[in-house]
Formats: sequence, structure tokens, C-alpha cells
Amino acid sequence: MSEESLTVLRSPVKLEYTFTAGETSSRFLRGFAEGKILGRRCPECEKVYVPPRGNCPICTSPMKEEMELAHTGTITKFCIVNLPFAARQIEIPYVSASILLDGADVPIFHLIQEIPYDQIRIGMRVEAVWVAPDERIPGMESITHFGPTGEPDVDIDLFEDADA
Amino acid sequence: MSDLSVSTQAEVLSAPHVLEYPYKRSLGPVIGRFFTSLRERRIEGIRGSDGRVIVPPTEYDPVTSETLSEFVEVGQAGVVTTWAWVSQPRPNHPLQQPFAWALVRLDGADTALLHAVDADSESAMRTGMRVRVRWAAAPEGGMRDIECFEPEPSA
Amino acid sequence: MREVALVAFAQSPSVRQDLRRNEVEILTPVIAEAIRWGGVPRKEIGFTCSGSCDYLAGVPFSFVSALDAVGAWPPIRESHVEMDGAWALYEAWVRLQVGDVDSALVYGFGKSSVGDPRDISVLQLDPYYAAPLWPDSVSLAALQARALLQSSGYTERDFAEVVARSLRDAKRNPNAQVSGDFSPDELVKARYDVSPLREHDCPPVSDGAAAVVLAAGDLARKVCERPAWIAGIDHRIEAHSLGARDLTKSPSAALAAEKAGMGKGSLDVAELHAPFSHQELILREALGLGESVAINPSGGALAANPIMAAGLIRIGEAAQLVMDGSAKRAVGHATSGPCLQQNLICVLEAR
Repeated sequence: MSEESLTVLRSPVKLEYTFTAGETSSRFLRGFAEGKILGRRCPECEKVYVPPRGNCPICTSPMKEEMELAHTGTITKFCIVNLPFAARQIEIPYVSASILLDGADVPIFHLIQEIPYDQIRIGMRVEAVWVAPDERIPGMESITHFGPTGEPDVDIDLFEDADA
Repeated sequence: MSDLSVSTQAEVLSAPHVLEYPYKRSLGPVIGRFFTSLRERRIEGIRGSDGRVIVPPTEYDPVTSETLSEFVEVGQAGVVTTWAWVSQPRPNHPLQQPFAWALVRLDGADTALLHAVDADSESAMRTGMRVRVRWAAAPEGGMRDIECFEPEPSA
Repeated sequence: MREVALVAFAQSPSVRQDLRRNEVEILTPVIAEAIRWGGVPRKEIGFTCSGSCDYLAGVPFSFVSALDAVGAWPPIRESHVEMDGAWALYEAWVRLQVGDVDSALVYGFGKSSVGDPRDISVLQLDPYYAAPLWPDSVSLAALQARALLQSSGYTERDFAEVVARSLRDAKRNPNAQVSGDFSPDELVKARYDVSPLREHDCPPVSDGAAAVVLAAGDLARKVCERPAWIAGIDHRIEAHSLGARDLTKSPSAALAAEKAGMGKGSLDVAELHAPFSHQELILREALGLGESVAINPSGGALAANPIMAAGLIRIGEAAQLVMDGSAKRAVGHATSGPCLQQNLICVLEAR
């Protein structure tokens, strides 16, 4: 045992919780188990949000109108990650992107795969790739990644206030 | 990490979640010295601005905020100034059989230390009783190097 | 000082566990109601401040998602405290003193049912000397309760009387979670939780939220018939180490009351944030509250304890009585930390 003075204390913390998703988020998550990506529209702002919230984050109006969104979309931003993230087993480098699904006004975040990382660009068209139907769960992991559709790129300037 | 185990019956989804942080805290010279002494089975307090001996030692006087530096060794037994009986220990508690929490003012100290007392029963506890340290067999460098206190046998 | 008043107060009915709604969903109608009664349009609110606790929610930066309930676009002036909403109210009051904005929205919220508050409360303790022993909130309160029994003439039956009165008064409070008629003689026969405290001496676990609107000067007079003017507000904290404090007294509550000018006039009502029954007795003495002051007509924290909102609710309940004309002068108190370590006093009056 070291005879030196003590300089550090290990004080681990472990707490257990039970999270409740709430009604709106639960419907969104259940959608994935059924192969659907659900959004909601604000009756005042008329913007479509995904993930949907119970209330519009801009005007707080309740958002009851729910719709299925397309599984295709456009990359509005992306980043190439070179540091391994302990919680996920993904080979590095990997690409994380903001994807504006067709019909939505705010992008979702997901992985881009099936294309070398240095060929990915803003405006690229992508499509969700799902796990097999009997393996889907109520969560975004039901989509493993987004891959290129092969369609021509979209001019990103068309998305005037796609969320930053 | 979330484990999405889902109740398909309920309308609303819920899932268990464990939050863990492996904190490693710097002790600094005052707390470091206190824990180093505990490891050697000695208890040190620190002299406050008004001369009282503060145990466990603090870096600054609780009233004047003056930086403190004069360490004073105190006894390994003392007096219970208040206590509370835990009949059903929680998993994180220092003892897993019924025990008492106590504030213990060690001999030579002017403030009390919080710890557990391994007493046979609630009726064995009373304010003013004397208790002494039971040292941990394998010190790890922290408050649990005092495993707990135990009632001092009456003379 | 610039004169600032509460002009609206709203809260959700406290429940043991809201399985249907998450924090934001509980909060949204509460804020909507406060805004509606406050009379200041949402987009004209000058400053927004909230109180909540990430460890309670089990999520870092958990308060950010609550902004959905506020409508934070275009961007708003906003702040947050990892404390009870009563301290968010204090920050908002300070902010209004600057003079460039005239109104503030303040809210506090939390779902205590998500984790175990008794263990979570350990994380607010000294991480070197106290937390490694995991002394839960009830254990520490019990140490204080026994110290009080030893040093004063109070008995466990006095604790039970606080409980009985609180839960009886709570019958009139539609937002209370626990209420009913209980006999102190029966209450003292119950088993101990951590002696000398029994389960009824301890607060219930509650999910809930509360919001208030503050307005300054002429704006307050314009939007509210009878604003609850903040005549004084102050908060003080005691030493970190439990063993260095006198747990039977509350010098920080007494000092905060003095600095807030509580003693400058008579009080009709005091809403005291005393999560444990014996703490009401300590606070009454520290604040010098006589028999003529009504204590916790809402039922207090023994009837509903949505952690992070319970202190704000005390201030809101006291303000409500001023706003509806039942009280001329009232005090709302909030506490934080183990065994009444930190205390806030808000003196409210009709003018």
C-alpha cells in the first residue's frame, strides 16, 4: 500500500429511474415498431415537427394532427466522427447527419452509411433502412441508418429556414 | 444506458434507466490529510477561527471564511449528540442490519461527525452515550475507513 | 428598489405518479394558465426563469426540454436554477430590478416519482464526508427531529398535531395530494420510518408543477386588480456540515426574515415549506410566528411535495390570498438542502 498522502476519492454514483415517455412520445416510438415515422403539425404555425411534441415549441399550441412522414429526405448538415463513443459500437469514422424528411419542417438525426464518408454532401438524398419487421421495437433503433437513394442532390437553399 | 423493455399493454411507454457516474474527486490538502490519517487509524480535526476544533476538518471556517491550517488530533471515541434508528436499512446504507445514524462529538472536538452506530437495538441508543470507532479491516481511503461506531461498554 | 408583484399563480394538482404525462406535458397547461391570468401576452414577457433538478429527472439538461411549454422562439431572455422555483422567483425579482424589462414568468417542476428522491437527495450533501454513507433525506430529518425533542418541550404528539392540522386543511385544497381527518392520538401509534419520524411526518412523493407571473410597477397595476406586492425577499444559507449546525433552530430563516422586513408589520398568513412535520415547529419559532398567523392553509408540503415546485407553491399560495383579498400581508417561505440548511423568505402585501 502506498505511504503517500491520499489525493483522490472515488465516489461513484448509481441511481435508478423509471422514465415515462408521455403520450405524444409514446405514439411516436410505437410508430417505429410499425415501420412508421410519425410527425405532428402545429395548427397555428403549420410546421410539421418530428419527433412530435404535444405542444408547438414556438407558439405552444397543442399539436393533435398526426401524420406519417416519408422515409426519404435530404441531408441538411453532417459531421464525420473520429472519436469512438463508448455507448455505441460503431466503426469509426462514422457520419452523423441532420436529415430533413420529405414533409417535415425540422430534421431528425441519424447515421449515414453505405457510402464512403468523404463522398457525403449537403443536399444528398437519403432513405431510411429498417431492421427486419419482426425485429422492430418502439424506438429509433428500428432504423439502422440512412443510405443514399441515388437521386440527384437538392439545392439546400430551397430550405429557407430548415432548422439550424 | 436505456433498456427499452416495453409494456405493450399500456398506452404510455416506460423504461428503466440507470444513471451512473464514476466520479473521482480531488481531495485537496485538508481533506486529503484527514483521509490519510484515517487510513492510519487517526482522526484529525482543524482549529477554527474561534479556537473550536472542527471535525471533520474544513478548509475554511464555517463562520468567518478564514483559511484554516492548524490540525488537531482528536480521540477515537466520543458522545452521541443526536441519533435516529433505521429499522429497515436501504441498500446504500453503511450497515445492512438495523442501526442508528448519529452525530458523534469525538473527545477533543467541538463539532460532531455523521456516521452509523452498530447498536443491538433502538433501546441501546440514547443521546449522551459514549461510542467508539470500529476501524475497517481494509481501509480504502475515505469515510468508510471508519466502518461504523459501536457503543463503548459502560465502565 | 423597484416595486414588483405577483400577478398570477397556477399549479397542477399534485399526484403520486403521473404515468400518462412527462414533465413538459404537466407543465404546459400550468404555464398557459399563469399566462392567461397574468394578463401579459406571452411574447411580451421580459424574462423567464425556472427551477428544476437534473438528478430528480435522471437526465442532464432536463430543463431545456421544458422550454416547449414556454414558446422560446423568437429567442427569449431565460435562466434556470438547479433549485426550487422559489429561487427562480428570486432571480426574476433581481432581474426586474435592472429596469429594462417589466415582467417575468417563473416556474418550477419535477416528477419525483421517476427516481427515488430519498436517495437522490444524498447527492446534495458533502461528497467527501457525508454522501459516501448515503444518509437519505428522512434519516437526516430524523436526526434533526430527535435533537428538537431533546432540546425543547416539543413531543412526538406535537409533530402529529402539525400533520393532523395540515391534512385537514388540505381537504379544501383541490391541488393537494394527501388530505383527510386524522387524530393525533392515532397518528402517534403508527410505526416509525426512521425514528422518531413516522411516515406521516414525512412529505409524500409528488409529481407537479407551478408557475407565477411577476410584473413591475404600473404594469402590475394595469394587469391585476390586487397585485401581491413583494415587500421584501431574502435568502440565507447555513454551514455545510450538519455537525457544525444547531439543527434545532433555523438561524438562516430568522436572518432572511429580518432582511426581508418580515417583522415590519403583522402577518395574516404564513405558508411555510416544511417537508417534515417537526420543521414547521422550528420555523415558527425562528420566524416568531404567533397564534394569530394562519399557518399553511394550503396544507403545506405534508399534503403535496412536488420537489422543485413546493417552495414556489408556498409563495404562490400566500400571494393568491393577497390577490383575492383574503390577506393583507403574508409570507411565503421556501427551503433547500438537508434539515432546513437554506431558507428563502418572501413577504407579500396588498397596497
